Amino acid sequence: MDFDLSDEQRLLQETVAQFIDNECPPARLRELFDDEVGYDPVLWKGLAELGLAGIHLPGEYGGSELEILDLAVVAETLGSLAAPVPYLSHSLASLAISLAGNADQQGRWLPGLASGDALATVALAEEDAGWLPEAWKMAAGETITGTKEIVEFGEHADLFVVGLAGGRFGVVERNASGVEIQRVEGADRTRRIARVNFENTPIEMLNEGGDEVAARVRDVGLVLISADAFGGATKLVEMSVEYAKNREQFGVTIGHFQALKHQLANMAVEIEPTRALYWYAAHALDHVPEESERVAAIAKSHITERYQQVARDATEAHGGIGFTWEGDTQIWFKRAMFDRVFMGTPRVHQNRAAELADW
Amino acid sequence: MDLSYGQETEDYRKEVKTFLTANWPLAGDEAKMPREDGARLFRERAISEGYLCRNIPKQYGGSEQSADALRGQVIREEFGKARAPMEPRGIGTMMLVPTLLDRGEEWQKEKFVGPTIRGEINWCQGYSEPGSGSDLASLMTKGELDGDDWVINGQKIWTSGAQRADYMFCLVRTEPDEKKHAGISYLLIDMKTKGIDVRPLRQMTGSSEFNEVFLNDVRTPKDWIVGKRGEGWLVSRTTLKHERNSIGNAAQSLGLLSGLVSLAKSRKIDGQPAIEDPGVRRELVRIEGYIRAHQYSGFLQTSKGLKDENAGIIAMMNKLNSTNIGHKVAHLAMEILGDDGLGAPLAAGLGTGTAGSSTANWLSQYMGSLGIAIAGGTANVQRNVIAERGLGLPRDMAANRSK
Ligand SMILES: Cc1cc2nc3c(=O)[nH]c(=O)nc-3n(C[C@H](O)[C@H](O)[C@H](O)COP(=O)(O)OP(=O)(O)OC[C@H]3O[C@@H](n4cnc5c(N)ncnc54)[C@H](O)[C@@H]3O)c2cc1C
Repeated sequence: MDFDLSDEQRLLQETVAQFIDNECPPARLRELFDDEVGYDPVLWKGLAELGLAGIHLPGEYGGSELEILDLAVVAETLGSLAAPVPYLSHSLASLAISLAGNADQQGRWLPGLASGDALATVALAEEDAGWLPEAWKMAAGETITGTKEIVEFGEHADLFVVGLAGGRFGVVERNASGVEIQRVEGADRTRRIARVNFENTPIEMLNEGGDEVAARVRDVGLVLISADAFGGATKLVEMSVEYAKNREQFGVTIGHFQALKHQLANMAVEIEPTRALYWYAAHALDHVPEESERVAAIAKSHITERYQQVARDATEAHGGIGFTWEGDTQIWFKRAMFDRVFMGTPRVHQNRAAELADW
Repeated sequence: MDLSYGQETEDYRKEVKTFLTANWPLAGDEAKMPREDGARLFRERAISEGYLCRNIPKQYGGSEQSADALRGQVIREEFGKARAPMEPRGIGTMMLVPTLLDRGEEWQKEKFVGPTIRGEINWCQGYSEPGSGSDLASLMTKGELDGDDWVINGQKIWTSGAQRADYMFCLVRTEPDEKKHAGISYLLIDMKTKGIDVRPLRQMTGSSEFNEVFLNDVRTPKDWIVGKRGEGWLVSRTTLKHERNSIGNAAQSLGLLSGLVSLAKSRKIDGQPAIEDPGVRRELVRIEGYIRAHQYSGFLQTSKGLKDENAGIIAMMNKLNSTNIGHKVAHLAMEILGDDGLGAPLAAGLGTGTAGSSTANWLSQYMGSLGIAIAGGTANVQRNVIAERGLGLPRDMAANRSK
């Protein structure tokens, strides 16, 4: 029994943190946040060169064949640094290809995705928050027609892994005919989104792997968002505590005031225990199959709700500066908004977890 | 990350199971013994096989096994499944015994540890006073040495189980000239001693679990002190740590959750089974989120303990987590109970006709969860600890002034 991260996993987190500290320090993050396009291909390529684009992919295509927990601990670190990189959707897209693609398709796409030469994303949601495989209506075939919403880094991706009716996946290349990409202004400017229309667009179906593929992509997505939310919320607690130790009012640092101390303690108590929850949910995806689906749903709904609340509390704890565009808390506040919605709101997954329960 | 217990521990699990199959429930004539006697007999056997009282030396009646958190966990799991008695759950086993083992004199361990873990004697904890709750170190009950005895005068309050206790461990001011914390000693008192007056206090639930204890020229032998004179505060910290750990156990929260599910299955909301109500379902999942986070944080703390590493701030949160979960459970239970939510709780004995039903039990939980929030350090006091020791924020200004 060792319910803890390994030295390698810790090292992985440190490496990522150091890289982001160097290559995307706060001033650069701010620049990208305010930028019109908001995507830095060099930054992403650098992360890919550290091996982050292929953590979960087969070794023969340049991946590291590690576990979902390894993917998730990186998501935590990126979340804590608000890294404006396409890690989430790229990981899910390559996961889908590695699970449902045949040898030829894997050989064609995965090496580029693992090396970071190509960027992929997932196009899942349809209107009315149709995030779940059973809600995808877009018909599979030689070509597809219809609209996908909230496609992360849709403006920048080279490949779209598209969710289709029956819980199937197909791959569309960016320059295929009939692809139209519309920028959508989301609150979270560290993870840009787009609406993607397909009009008789040729698609290459991924036919291997069966029904479980869509479920696994969903569950891995839920766990990665959980990890991101834990990382972000923890960062907000740290920022708020730091601020309380430095900002002075009434002749003392505001951290002397018990009302504020208790607010900060409550924030910590809301989020700190969820570290173990996201670890368990990630671990379960490789080792506890009988409850992994349900735990992923619980983790995503629980931790993104906690993130949302901590983000509100952190804003208050910073006073006026917390309410500005200048201040940093708003960056994480908006990531909390993204995490809450992406791949289904807490309500959606609470309902699912209730359905899946043995009540 | 590895959640398995390993082959060696799994082999051990088989031994535990074999023992339980052979020994619990009791068979033949033994099965006809009164419950408590039967449990005592079983405990003796379990101790002699090394399954209970594992961290207590043999000479004091324990089984003196080398520390092994995984074996301990396996025993809890298997005994739990078999519904076999574990160590008696009283405040004596949970708080006094660890304190004595840590700080007690040899004769104290010999006299008290064995009978306590066998459930032969009961203890109560005399800390709180009318004027000293959260600010416990301001306590005023006085102890003066007179010949070979301490003579104790003062009043304790909220003393759980004092009416049934054989002994009390308590905090008493013996060094009035020393500073607040340094003036306190940790004394043991026989509850049959002349001058002790126990008056039950009726709790909001209607039952009388806690008491006022008046101490009027109560004499206890000079050497019934744990630690040295003036060290009582430090000695009591050992005890409080054990109390908070036992209150912060996720197993209890998990029990509450399955109870809530049963309640939701047995009751109706708007003519439908409550378990089918979307609001109830989502709130159950929300509560389960908190409980699982708490439970897995327990795994994390156990693992850190196995490696002799510090678990960090999470270790300070156990009591507050349980408290918060208890509040949420209470609210949902009331939601499910609907109009029955104004009934009297189980312990009130007011003849409402609900006594013994699950409704009355839940009304007790609705109130009892607040007792948990207050006892053993209030939620606010927990927040102080988390903020100051966990987050490194400045010490309380008011608390700093009251030296
Ligand atoms: C069911 C139950 C069983 C108990 N059993 C025992 C027992 O067996 N033995 C025993 O000795 N005691 C026992 N207690 C007493 C318990 O330990 C005290 O009630 C508790 O420590 C609080 O003290 P108090 O009641 O004096 O409240 P107070 O200390 O007066 O607190 C009142 C309110 O003020 C707040 N407060 C106080 N100080 C601060 C501060 N510094 N910062 C912020 N807020 C503050 C508290 O959080 C609380 O909300 C029991 C209590 C209960 C409810």
